[in-house]
Amino acid sequence: MTGYIIRRLGQAIVVVLGVTMIAFFLEHLLPGGIARAIIGSRATPQQIALFNKANGLDSPVWYQYWVFLGHLVHGNLGFSYKQNRSVNSIIANDLPRDLMLVGTSLVLAVLIAVPVGVVQAVKRNRGWDYAGTAVSFVLYSMPSYALGLILIGLVAIKFRIFPAIAPQGASVGAMLAHPSGLVLPIATLTLVTYALFSRYMRSAAIDSLAQDYIRTARAKGLSEKLVLWRHVLRNSLVPVTTLVGLSLPAVLTAGLVIEQLFNFQGLGLEYFTAATTYDFPVMVGITLLVGLATVVGNLLADLTYAILDPRVRY
Amino acid sequence: MALLPAATSPEWDALATRERADEDSEGGEVYQQGTVFQLVFRTFTKNKLAIIGVVIVCLLVLFCFVGPLFYHTDQVDTNIMQSNNPPSGANLLGTDNNGFDILGRLMVGGQSSIEIGLSVAILATFLGVVYGAVAGYFGKVVDTVMMRIVDIFLAIPVVFLFIFVSTIITPTTWLLILLLAGLSWLAPARLVRGETLSLRTREYVKAVKVMGGKSRRVVFRHIIPNAIGTIIVNATFQVADAILVLAVLQYLGFSLPFPHASWGEMLSQGSTFLSDGYWWEVYPALIAIILIVVAFNFIGDALRDSFEVRLQER
Repeated sequence: MTGYIIRRLGQAIVVVLGVTMIAFFLEHLLPGGIARAIIGSRATPQQIALFNKANGLDSPVWYQYWVFLGHLVHGNLGFSYKQNRSVNSIIANDLPRDLMLVGTSLVLAVLIAVPVGVVQAVKRNRGWDYAGTAVSFVLYSMPSYALGLILIGLVAIKFRIFPAIAPQGASVGAMLAHPSGLVLPIATLTLVTYALFSRYMRSAAIDSLAQDYIRTARAKGLSEKLVLWRHVLRNSLVPVTTLVGLSLPAVLTAGLVIEQLFNFQGLGLEYFTAATTYDFPVMVGITLLVGLATVVGNLLADLTYAILDPRVRY
Repeated sequence: MALLPAATSPEWDALATRERADEDSEGGEVYQQGTVFQLVFRTFTKNKLAIIGVVIVCLLVLFCFVGPLFYHTDQVDTNIMQSNNPPSGANLLGTDNNGFDILGRLMVGGQSSIEIGLSVAILATFLGVVYGAVAGYFGKVVDTVMMRIVDIFLAIPVVFLFIFVSTIITPTTWLLILLLAGLSWLAPARLVRGETLSLRTREYVKAVKVMGGKSRRVVFRHIIPNAIGTIIVNATFQVADAILVLAVLQYLGFSLPFPHASWGEMLSQGSTFLSDGYWWEVYPALIAIILIVVAFNFIGDALRDSFEVRLQER
């Protein structure tokens, strides 16, 4: 087990290092150079030289990467070209909101997907099961913004129940002061995530229904309710850990689109804005963070799986 | 090598299957099963959802590619005198903000979605299959290095990476296909690598090696053809995924420049007028995207079941 953890950690470190390379070298592929993209096509050579010197872009690329890594180790992600702030402060400002959006949606999606999966497995190949499968199939096949648009069209415009714009407060606390605006973004991301989970939850529950311990539980006279609650539901929870870890890239992508759609001031929207304004330090910082989240998610998924399920041995 | 010319052909595989069935069942009736592909085809056509999927795809292809021959519209010159018209006899689905006929634009937009989706799937599958087979076949250090590279690219979600890349280059259709394929070959690579790991220890692979077959021959003539089920199923899902990712990128504005038409852009533009009640600018494109993605997912699911049947109905 220890050997496995060490090996798995080593892999994760290699992957993170690779992500830093991609994030760093991509911006240097920009034709005409970064300076021209930032200060404009009519910049004089002197201005460009000045910009390059100020931002450390005048040294060889490999040396720049080395400096970048050094800063990274000290937790310094650099300074935005466009906003007069450090990337650290931008992320520190946006991250809590994203944790709220993504975290709440993940929890809600699990809370919906697990019981629905168990019910579908129990009533498999009957009306409700088909209905559930159809719903998750359609949700899964929609681009995330399409679902958001439908919700906006119905809930916000037609029936005017919840607003179509996320609260614009400066902090999470200020946003929570207007909870009605959070309903639609969170609902959209929850449904998208639910669609990702539901297909696996149903088959996980079917798998655990077919196990010997279920037959034993029934044979010793447990009520069907207890069998479902104590045995099927709990054992179906094991793959959830893996699922949550592995689904992070998809959920973060949906998050980016949903933030753009609802003008939710999170990292996704920040990334989008940075991309349209060539604000590379911000893009590199957020790419790194997303990559790190994915790697850590995968790592935790693998490790918790090994811990939760004693049958898994490496 | 002429000794075993048909070692990888479907006939051979089916023959082997039948022979094994003979041994196991100790006599008994052995009925004619036909080749693997006949078997898969038979199971596939029994699946109602699969047929629905194929029909939807065929209808959409007809609609997009043959439709414009009968329904002539100008999708290049804007006409703001005719903007945002509701559906009428002249414009069956109304017009958009630029005065383009929506029905005609759906056809033209669909053409590019289908073309790009298919091309990306084919290219990505090809790249992924070769990469995965090589990694799995050679194993050890080669495998470790090659799969870490896959892990690194998988750590950054495709949409994030693509947005980053699109700040650097302005895509043309071919560049877009190359880029998307360059970001989506990772899943097939992983799958085929897993398959190869088990295939390379099979007797027929060993036999080829003993007879002096080169690595290239083993990989291309024996391993890849025997993983064809996994490959085809994954390729089908790749089409659906590529169209979805494309729709998201088009919606965010990171796609081909105006006046290029696409379903994602139609949605993005139409969504600005959702609150004005211009439903015809949003829902047709939305339904088109959902339909095609659902259809390809149906086909993929049915294909997966059909190829599994090959293993189960022995």
